[in-house]
Amino acid sequence: MASKPSDMVVTTDEATGGAGPMPVKIVVAGGFAVGKTTFIGSISEIEPLTTEAALTKVSEGVDDTSKVSTKTSTTVAMDFGRITLGDDLILYLFGTPGQDRFWFMWDELVRGAIGAVVLIDTRRLEECFPAVDYFEENQIPFVVGMNCFDGQATHSPDDVREALAVSPDTPVLLIDARERISTRDTLLELVQHALVRATA
Amino acid sequence: MSLGDAGDGLRVRPYAITGGRTRAATEVPIEAIVYRTPTGEKAVNSLSLERRQILNLLATPQSAAEISARLRLPLGVARVVLGDLVDEGFVALNTRSASGRPDLRLLERVLDGLQAL
Repeated sequence: MASKPSDMVVTTDEATGGAGPMPVKIVVAGGFAVGKTTFIGSISEIEPLTTEAALTKVSEGVDDTSKVSTKTSTTVAMDFGRITLGDDLILYLFGTPGQDRFWFMWDELVRGAIGAVVLIDTRRLEECFPAVDYFEENQIPFVVGMNCFDGQATHSPDDVREALAVSPDTPVLLIDARERISTRDTLLELVQHALVRATA
Repeated sequence: MSLGDAGDGLRVRPYAITGGRTRAATEVPIEAIVYRTPTGEKAVNSLSLERRQILNLLATPQSAAEISARLRLPLGVARVVLGDLVDEGFVALNTRSASGRPDLRLLERVLDGLQAL
């Protein structure tokens, strides 16, 4: 392992970097079984991992520690993957927990994120509405990826853009979540979109 | 045996390890990359089991999310333990500042990195 500075300064300057790689993240959202983990796994250099977040919200502000530890029995699982982009940069892809009741976790996931990929299945388009609402409301750059399960699109990106009523500059892409190149191109579109938004 | 596991497959109460605390003084973002400090490397064998497991895992610096997943420790618990380890000087974090979106230069580096894949 490379030697690290012995001071305890938390590295926060992304321009200068610091000891070791800087993390960046992209959020992958969408309805149940729409291909989030497949998408992440198609490009991740590690098998997608699962982290469990215990629901701690109910215990916030409660000082009685016995209460705290008894109120954390519900957990929500999130899958994620990792892509090393050079010596000093690691991109993490975090899948959102599916259910709306875990919104508090979304706030944490999008904090400081580059943006989000919203995966959709046109047969149950409505499942992505909460995610689109959330990213629009919080001004998170996002692209929409239509996962073509059978290799064929049943609707055009323009139809989907209209149905979702997203802004004309929001990229809507035909993707195959199983294909590494497709996933890479989707992420590229998102980063380009975020760049445009950042310079606007 | 992993941290969230009592050895026979029973789940232990997640926040027992942290003494019931759900927050540490130092906030550890989910994607923050954690690495051992020289102090931490020297101290490994004197630490409690769960902290030793974390320090051993950090032979390779990795994110709080990975530490949580690999030790099967709920994310919130991992973040409290890691925050404590930061405060005690055993580990340090690489993380972007606060809540701002990545700046242009960082976005361009990500773009270059993805294009090179």
